[in-house]
Parts: sequence; C-alpha cells; structure tokens
Amino acid sequence: MSQTDVSGGVHRRSFLIAAGAGGAAFAAAQFTPGIALADKALTAQAIEKAIGDRKPIEGRVTIDGPEIAENGNTVPVGFEVESKMAGDDMVKAVHIFAEGNPRPEVANFWFSENSGAARGAFRMRMAKTQNLIALAEMADGKVYMGQRLVKVTIGGCGG
Amino acid sequence: MLRKTIAAAALVAFAVGAGSGALAEDKPVEPWERKENHVKAPKDSPLDYLVSGYWFRTPKTRALQDDDFENPAFLWVEQGIDEWTKVDGKAGKSCASCHETAEKSMKGVSARYPVYSAKTKKMMAVSHQVNYCRENYMKAKTWKWESGKMLGMTAYIGLQSRGMPVSVSIDGQAQPFFEAGKDFYHERRGQFDLACVHCHQANFGQYIRADFLSQGHSNGFPTYRLKWQKLGSLHRRFRGCNNNIRAIPYKRGSPEYTNLELYLAWRGKGLKVESPSVRQ
Amino acid sequence: MSRPRVRVPRKIKKGDTVTIKTLIAHKMETGVRRNKKTGKLIPRKIINGFEAKIDGKTVFKAALHPAVSANPYISFAISPEKSGKIDFVWTEDGGKTFTKSAKFTVA
Repeated sequence: MSQTDVSGGVHRRSFLIAAGAGGAAFAAAQFTPGIALADKALTAQAIEKAIGDRKPIEGRVTIDGPEIAENGNTVPVGFEVESKMAGDDMVKAVHIFAEGNPRPEVANFWFSENSGAARGAFRMRMAKTQNLIALAEMADGKVYMGQRLVKVTIGGCGG
Repeated sequence: MLRKTIAAAALVAFAVGAGSGALAEDKPVEPWERKENHVKAPKDSPLDYLVSGYWFRTPKTRALQDDDFENPAFLWVEQGIDEWTKVDGKAGKSCASCHETAEKSMKGVSARYPVYSAKTKKMMAVSHQVNYCRENYMKAKTWKWESGKMLGMTAYIGLQSRGMPVSVSIDGQAQPFFEAGKDFYHERRGQFDLACVHCHQANFGQYIRADFLSQGHSNGFPTYRLKWQKLGSLHRRFRGCNNNIRAIPYKRGSPEYTNLELYLAWRGKGLKVESPSVRQ
Repeated sequence: MSRPRVRVPRKIKKGDTVTIKTLIAHKMETGVRRNKKTGKLIPRKIINGFEAKIDGKTVFKAALHPAVSANPYISFAISPEKSGKIDFVWTEDGGKTFTKSAKFTVA
C-alpha cells in the first residue's frame, strides 16, 4: 500500500502527528481526579492484614499475566504455587494484591486437601501499569511470594 | 517498504507513548501480517487483502475467543437461547413459533445481513428485524438496541453463522444504501477531522497512540469488549469511534449507521463470521 | 441475569487433578463510579464470595474485591477421591446467592 491510495488525502506521517496530539487529549480526559491510587504503603498495610508480621519468602509462586494488557478493565491473570498439596507442604490460601489500584486487595483464595493443586485464574481491573503480588500461606505457617509487572496502556482511540 | 519506514520515522519522531517503540526492522512478523491469516479481498475492494480484527489482538485476548467457555459473550448467548422460545406479546408467539430451531432457520442470516426489506423499504440490520418480528408478528414490545435481551438474541443468531463467510448483497435495492454507507466511511467528521478510511484503511497495523488499529471489520459483532466488560453492538462501537474523534455520534439503529454497517459488511466480504467475538 | 456457567469434567481419572471453570454475569459495581447525569456515587454491588463444595465439604473458596472484572471468571483445581456432586455458590453484597451444581464420576 502506498501513500497515494489514501482517500481523503491524509498522508501516513501527518496522520500520526494528528493522532499523537489527539492521544494527549485522551490521556487527560481519562484521568480520574479524586481517586488516590494505592501505593506501596497501602499495599503493605493490606498485606499485614492478611498475613500478620510474617515475612514473605520470594519464590514458589508464579503469576501468569500479559506483559502488556490490551485493556485494563479485563486483564486475565493466573497463579500457581509449587506444592504437593498434602501434609505440611500444603497451600492454605493465596492472596492477590495490586499496587497501583485504588484499593490493593484483588482476591483471596482458599484451598483444601482435595484441591490437588494450588492454582487458579481470574480476570481483573488494573488502573495503570503496576506490580501484582501473590502471597501463598502454607500449612506450616510460611508465606511465599511471587510478583509480576503488568503494563497497562491508557489512552488512544479505543472508543 | 515505504509503509514500514514511515512508521518507524513517525514512532521515533513523536515518541508514541506506551505503544511499541521498537523499529519496524526489529519486529517479528505479526499475526495480522501473515499470509495464512489473510482473506482475498472482494472485487473492487480498496484493500489489498482482508484480515479479521481477531489477528490484531494479543494471544491472551484471542484465547478468550477460542474457547466458548472462556468467552463471556456466551452468558448473553444463553439468554438469547431462553428468549428464543419465550412466548411474549399479544399474539402469544415466540421466535420459535415461526422460526422453529434457530440452528436451522438462522443459519447464515447474520452473514448476509443487513438486507433491504421491501416491506419497510429500509435497510435492516438483524436487530431491526428482531424488533420488526416482535412488533408485527408477536405483537410484543420492541427491545432497546443495546439491551441485554437484544444483544443476547443477536449473539445467538450470529452464532448460527459462525465460520460462514460474510456474504452481504449490495446490488439492486441495496445499492443506494451501500453508496450512502460508502460516503459516510470517507467523510471527514468531528474536531479531529478524520474519516473511517484514515484509520482503518490507510493505517491499520499502526498505533494511534496506545491503540493498535485493525481494518475495522464487522464480522465479530456483537462483541465482548474487555474495555466494556460486556457484550456490545456494532453501532455502539461506531458511537465510540465518533465520540473519540470528537464528532457527534448517531443513534444506534439510525439509517446512517445501518448504511455504514452495510458498507462495512461488503468491505469484509469473505471474512468468516466470528460472532460473538472477543476484542480489546 | 446473574446466570452462572460452570465447566466440570464429567469423568475424572482417580488421582488426577482437573481444572474447574466458572463464570457468572455480574456488573461488579465498584462503588467509586458516579452516575454521569446526577453525579451521585453508584452504590457498590459485587460478587464478594465464591465457594465450591463436594458432597457438602468445602473444596475451594474465594473472596473477591472490586478489582475483579465484571462477569467474574474463576478457575481452580480439584482432585476428588470419589464420584460425587459439586455445588457452587456465589454471594453478592447484601447476601443474595446464586447457585449451580454438577455431577462427576471418578474411576
């Protein structure tokens, strides 16, 4: 395809200039004033509420999600905790937090000896590019942690 | 080649926000660029080839459409199934009273709509036809265009054409409506002074800031949009487009949008119906 | 129209772990959105709880917050020892519940 077959006479280059300028306007329009986004401190509070003063150990928890979410309103997320799901090597619960949302809490999941595996999936809202945190509470009291950065694109002509 | 170079130059020059900053030369071949995902464009088409909006989406989004359970649009399809046999209105009829099983009677319907109706002397989208039946044969209240019931019904009807090629007719009585739709497509509007053609013909495969432009086909509607978090009609999407270019949108079901729907269906003639699809 | 959908394998091989998928139509109103015309806050109404029981015994439970998208989808795993029935319960703010059941055989 060449430039000349564009009806209306807009060239690709000038089109992108116009689109860029318009994009800035969209970003301004979509910013919601008056809603403070959760920060690390708020997330730390929420985490403390969930697991007390236990120190999470990095590892054993993986979060599956898109590198770049196509839309922040519905982001498919999955998680899995390495565990035999029996005896002491048993995941009691998984808590999901989002550092960049108005509230950090996303979801909590509890498992049983008939779970077979500590895994799950859901779809969530993300206000902006941010870090997701998954904490796994084990039967022996230990807490493992996994993290994942998900980029969220905002603004454009998504109608 | 020119296309790639200009895109790269534009990206560098304007540092397009969150879009891909990588130069075109570094990029792997995207699914929408692959020949095996292309469909032959209809005769006289302004496009070199057709490619469904599906192939402009990420693997995660495509996966939601690939499995009918993962696809939340099927919550509406089930509602459509219920409505199909539900008696409503003074005539004591349901859809099934006349059309029996949708799997047989509705097969191919969405693939060939919108159609010209000699009875109403209008171009009719599937939603128009549903309400025509409700009003005239069922003697029932019409449904709102964007209501759950209407979306459920059009999704259920659309599903009966899934996999069939879009095969709309633009001849005869349909021709003036087609021409009107074509004019609309090429008409600049709104503060941004853009026409459909500027984004979806001249710039598909490019980013408009953070949005990745497709060829703007209609073969997946109604569609479950991740942004909407619900099923939505093609005319809702038109309104979104028009709003974003700072133009005053038309009403859902308006002649303007129905003509555009006809023209779009022709542009996508040969693409497989994907209703109800999942988009970003 | 909060009709739930579930996908449960009918036949499960003994010792296997299988994936259960669930979906329910719900707006998941966050409570922070405003009515565009009146400017008033739209009250929060979400599905806040989900539970799956096999023959009356809880096998999986979830608490959901407003960050969960509309039409909540939840998938999880089960590894049942014997054939039975799995009951799903979704709880909405205010206490209203939605249910669905499925039977499976383990061999």
